[in-house]
Amino acid sequence: MTKRRVYVDNSATTPVHPQVLEEMLPFFNENFGNPSSVHSFGRQAKKAMDKARERVAVALGAKTEEIFFTGSGTEADNWAVKGVALANKDKGNHIITTKIEHHALLHTCEYLEKHGFEVTYLDVDEYGLISLKQLEEAIKDSTILISIMFANNEIGTIQPIGEAARIAKEKEIYFHTDSVQAMGNVKIDVKELGVDLLSISGHKIMGPKGIGVLYIRKGVRLDNLIHGGAQERRRRPGTENVAAVVGMGKAAQLATENLEQHIRDMTSLRDKLINGIYERIPHVKLNGHPTERLANNVNFSFEFIEGEALLLSLDMVGIAASSGSACTSGSLDPSHVLMAIGLSHEIAHGSLRLSLGEINTDEDVEYILEQLPPIVERLRSLSPLFKQCEGGKVSV
Amino acid sequence: MYNETVMEHFTNPRNVGEIEDADGIGEVGSPQCGDIMKIFLKVEDNIIKDIKFKTFGCASAIASSSIMTDMVKGKTIEEALALTNKDVVDALGGLPKPKVHCSVLAEEAIRSAIEDYKKKMK
Repeated sequence: MTKRRVYVDNSATTPVHPQVLEEMLPFFNENFGNPSSVHSFGRQAKKAMDKARERVAVALGAKTEEIFFTGSGTEADNWAVKGVALANKDKGNHIITTKIEHHALLHTCEYLEKHGFEVTYLDVDEYGLISLKQLEEAIKDSTILISIMFANNEIGTIQPIGEAARIAKEKEIYFHTDSVQAMGNVKIDVKELGVDLLSISGHKIMGPKGIGVLYIRKGVRLDNLIHGGAQERRRRPGTENVAAVVGMGKAAQLATENLEQHIRDMTSLRDKLINGIYERIPHVKLNGHPTERLANNVNFSFEFIEGEALLLSLDMVGIAASSGSACTSGSLDPSHVLMAIGLSHEIAHGSLRLSLGEINTDEDVEYILEQLPPIVERLRSLSPLFKQCEGGKVSV
Repeated sequence: MYNETVMEHFTNPRNVGEIEDADGIGEVGSPQCGDIMKIFLKVEDNIIKDIKFKTFGCASAIASSSIMTDMVKGKTIEEALALTNKDVVDALGGLPKPKVHCSVLAEEAIRSAIEDYKKKMK
């Protein structure tokens, strides 16, 4: 009997959808032309690029000329922030973002701080939500950009992006949102939201890796990140990864066409998992917002145990998940997101993220609910912190 | 990431538990770092007759505790004090670089338990 494998790390990456793969395959060795070439091979590739761009535009409610393909979600974030900062430095040097952004945003802001920009990192509450009041108060005459992630990759909290973008618009400040995790799990319409820039990534929505998109509202001033040829209307040079672009287009189309059903399915699995864990395991805490959360995100802290030991134990029974523990981040501190929502170190070390996707079933959830309790119990039986709590009050 | 010996000690750790009337108890690490090791000793005629541990931490912290307790069990106090973190790493067949501090914790834990034992003897 082959070992059962359950993949619940869909916020890390997803498998490529069969329909996406099917559309991509001819562009590796059949329709391999360079879209910049004049001949029929080139025109064929160019046509495929146009179709993909159209699909992404429709998915986001944007115009085709506002869609720019990049090499990743990280690149899209870098481009948005550095591009706006450099192009608008005559107007000011202040950027507002949050403490719980992805490193693609945080490390970009830290880099800009070294080059004379000033950055305000907004706090979040215990659920991971920003305060719109604090956002308003943080705005200065020198503010040129506000960048707030749509939904958090670790705890799944969804921010009030429409309201935040409105505040930015009133003050004539550019607004960017990293929507890498939101895409495919939340309805996104750039015009309704009123955002100026928005980043998404292919591989989080059953598209290929190595492809991202930056939506740039017509009229937004931003510098290039990369300089070179005339690709992407001279704004993102480099010969296009045509197969990945085609895959991105199809993935974006599928993600939006089936969005309502997807949200219903994921919410049902998510809530079954959350309730099941609460019922079966004592001393646990759900991280993130109870309702304003991604349909596919479950994040729990298990007191008295450490996340990496939990991940390895789950991996041994075929369950693939992730953790915000320091031991899995390669640093001594647990995740900055878990610290920002006010968790103590020991609780943050014991976090587990289960992120659901199209590939998951009710049986997967049942398998996790069957395997997880004895694993937590075993690790707790090894932990010196657990005894102090048995039969009494929790004291870590 | 981890070799078979580490995984084996993580999956089936030796000497887990506590000793009620321990002659020496050592506790090192902190929840902030995500590692706590607690060691219980039973000593007779200068020999470690029994040793138990409880560890909060990652797989390598648990494996380091397990193999360390195996290594010092039945040894004299002096022999146990001579144990270094390198001995622990070698016995485990190596640890990934960011995890070497777990072996240091194991060395510190046994020293701290022996110190406690010596204090109690006075």
